[in-house]
Amino acid sequence: MKFIPNSSEKNKMLKEMKIKNIDYLFADIPSNIKIKKLDLPKGLSQQETEKKLRGIANNNKSYNDILSFIGGGIKPHYIPSIVKSIISRSEFYTAYTPYQSEASQGFLQAMFEYQSMIADLTGMDIANASLYDGGTALSEAALMCVRIKRKKSFIIPENISWEKKSILSNYLKGPDIKIVEVPYDKKTGKVDVKELEDIIDGNVAGVYIENPNFFGVFEDNVNKISNIAKENGSLFVVGVDPISLGVIKKPGDYNADIVIGEGRALGNPVDYGGSSLGLFSCKQEFLRQMPGRVIGMTNDNNGKRAFCMALQTREQHIRRGRATSNICTNEGLCALASACYLSWYGSQGFEKLSKINFENGQKLSKELNLIKGFKRKFESIHFNEFVIQTSTDVRELNKKLLKNNIQGGLILDKHYPDLKNCMLFGITELHCEEDIKKISSVLKEVMS
Amino acid sequence: MYRSAVYDEPFLNEISKIIDTKSKPISEIPKSLQKTDNIKLPDLDETQIARHYHHLSQMNYGIDSGFYPLGSCTMKYNPKICETISSWDKFSGTHPYQDPSTVQGNLKILFELERMLCEITGMDFFSLQPAAGAQGEFLGMLLTRAYHENKGENNRTEVILPDTSHGTNPASVTMAGFNLIEIESTKEGMVDLEILEKTVSEKTACFMLTNPNTLGIFESDITEIQKIVHKAGALLYYDGANMNAIMGKTRPGDMGFDIVHLNLHKTFSTPHGGGGPGSGPVGVKIKLEKFLPIPRIGRTEDEKYIFDYDAPKSIGKIKNFYGNFSVLLKAYIYIQMMGSDGLKNASEIAVLNSNYMKNKIVDSGKYEMPYKNLRKHEFVLSCEKLRKEKNIRAMDVAKRLLDYGLHPPTIYFPLIVKEALMIEPTESESKTELDKFVESLISIADEDPEILKKSPVNTPIGRVDEVNATKNPILNWNMI
Repeated sequence: MKFIPNSSEKNKMLKEMKIKNIDYLFADIPSNIKIKKLDLPKGLSQQETEKKLRGIANNNKSYNDILSFIGGGIKPHYIPSIVKSIISRSEFYTAYTPYQSEASQGFLQAMFEYQSMIADLTGMDIANASLYDGGTALSEAALMCVRIKRKKSFIIPENISWEKKSILSNYLKGPDIKIVEVPYDKKTGKVDVKELEDIIDGNVAGVYIENPNFFGVFEDNVNKISNIAKENGSLFVVGVDPISLGVIKKPGDYNADIVIGEGRALGNPVDYGGSSLGLFSCKQEFLRQMPGRVIGMTNDNNGKRAFCMALQTREQHIRRGRATSNICTNEGLCALASACYLSWYGSQGFEKLSKINFENGQKLSKELNLIKGFKRKFESIHFNEFVIQTSTDVRELNKKLLKNNIQGGLILDKHYPDLKNCMLFGITELHCEEDIKKISSVLKEVMS
Repeated sequence: MYRSAVYDEPFLNEISKIIDTKSKPISEIPKSLQKTDNIKLPDLDETQIARHYHHLSQMNYGIDSGFYPLGSCTMKYNPKICETISSWDKFSGTHPYQDPSTVQGNLKILFELERMLCEITGMDFFSLQPAAGAQGEFLGMLLTRAYHENKGENNRTEVILPDTSHGTNPASVTMAGFNLIEIESTKEGMVDLEILEKTVSEKTACFMLTNPNTLGIFESDITEIQKIVHKAGALLYYDGANMNAIMGKTRPGDMGFDIVHLNLHKTFSTPHGGGGPGSGPVGVKIKLEKFLPIPRIGRTEDEKYIFDYDAPKSIGKIKNFYGNFSVLLKAYIYIQMMGSDGLKNASEIAVLNSNYMKNKIVDSGKYEMPYKNLRKHEFVLSCEKLRKEKNIRAMDVAKRLLDYGLHPPTIYFPLIVKEALMIEPTESESKTELDKFVESLISIADEDPEILKKSPVNTPIGRVDEVNATKNPILNWNMI
């Protein structure tokens, strides 16, 4: 391992500096807090490291080793080779945040293009250059609603992922914002619009829904929900699975004010849940309240087109305690992967991809619905995830599937006690007919 | 002389016109969600995409391009093996909700990384969940609140910071709902014990500190500081952005800090990715353990790794799943390769490089260095003399450095230094590179101010009008 060139120049440099030994440079650390040595193993060579990690990796099963149908808002998608090739260019991935515009034009232009495509995909005027993940993007959206509307409560559906709920409640704790949950209709799995009408009042800064929602179901009462929000002086925030936007309307077309989502699916691997990519877009009128970095187009001193970080006065490195958010490091490289991914698919390719996801979702749910003891829980149109109610113990069922090298659906009853023996299945364009047949035949066998 | 590649690179949607797909609606989709407007992505050939991004990359400067001494950012070399291994599908193709028995490798890495970070920092427990340093700080503030509220001390609403703190510190404090109190540093650029003692009270929740601080000075009074803070019943928070100065020398845990965040994308060599993804793990002393995010990772007697969600006092979650796993994996690989001696050597050489450069520049008499002499991994110069004598600003020096093929240091930070240049060379640079930077900086001071004002000229574009970008924001190609 050789990453530290001056290890061999040390004595020469010390001599030049007229310093006897390296300890002098640490003389300002009081001796009572000095340590002799870290209790860590000896360093490994590159070859040894690779061997060790190979051994560790062999205790994992990827989606290539196991047939997986697990949902929960995150699933592997196909990644074209060009994406990895481009984000592996070290001019991109070894760069810092583009504080020096003149030396960062490449990344800045790529982020400007990313913002353009995300704004279009969601039907919003503007997008930022990424937040951490879907959960924090929701939290930042809620905080933004509160800044704009100066009201102290925020409505969410009861059925968003429990992880997101927990993240949101942590971000809203400081400014003491009340989170109000609107129940879902037990038949359809959609937001109960009547309940929403009853719950909402003039103190609500924003109303949030997801489309498709956590149960995979399309929320088709969006116009009603949007109107209810607006009539009560609230902003309308929509969470998306970006892959679905090739088959359904853009949230901007049903009057969303802010759109957020987990964007990882656009060209990034599942990576055991991270790295992730927080999508964030909104209407132009809210520009100066937006969190996170945003890239703008301007000119250089010769009038040539140029890019730089814009509206930095909202950010922590300028505004400190009064910034719109504390975010600094974001998910730049994941955003670059997404831009590359979207441009590779193009409009037609992306719509086709989205359609395959939709169709595979229908095929699998239809197939599973035929199995004895299996029933689709909600009678609504869904995207590529859906809930199945079974007549058996789902934990035992998943164990049996695992023995057949299949990862079954996500078990829901821990966080949704109503959904006893229910599982959330997910499927993407990576699955083929054979995969559907396989799980169906194994399930038939197990259930009989 | 350095010259950057220059392209008048069109936008993706200028390379190829966007085709209106006019696709047929899908009849099964609910009516109210049927598309009214098609998506408008550029339709390109893969060759065009490859060239586009290739051109863009050539107009971008990374650590592989050259010296990158951004202060407090620790731009060290990113070993290639970390990129290779983290892209193996046995890691990158695992799903966060799949059965734990099928991802024992991942859990082992997370478990062992927590233990290694505990050893390096002297803390008792770690959470790997935060996505970046700022989120680590935010988590630290949540833990602080949970700790005090659990003791029934709900009136602890204030967090104290020195005026040299990183911008994320005050932003995280207010985001978590605390009141912010900034205290002035001493003439030596350190925490003023008298002021600190007067400022702490029964309302103080926490004191946040970076050590060495952003001037690169080690806060030698740390033992007194921790006594003052703890006597007041408050917690002491360590901003680990500058951890690269002290590995194997001293540990925040031994200094008396209660909460620590690290930036794996700084000290532990994971790439910055042009802004992210990062990772900001948080370590705590045992008294704060029960408040850490869930799930915790455990190991059974028969060496099986498990998730533990049974933590009633936990603050819950701050990020989906288990943090930025791919970044955590790279840091794990880095620590494996460095080992105990390697990490210590990294800090020693980082500090050596910094002091070596500092001596040479200060000896030249061209730049001044306010505050104490001995520095750790970074130091802060002032261009105030140049400004007074020749109207040369820190900004001008920074932009001119670009013409020499060098990335400028952090500028105008910390705020207590006028016309600041904040330089952090890291351990990754050779003596030759350090000398080259020093010589360039010195020769810039003697250049005609007119040349500096017009710089940079060797970059793809000249000096950017950033004020215009904020006054007249154009944030995507539809706004042009």
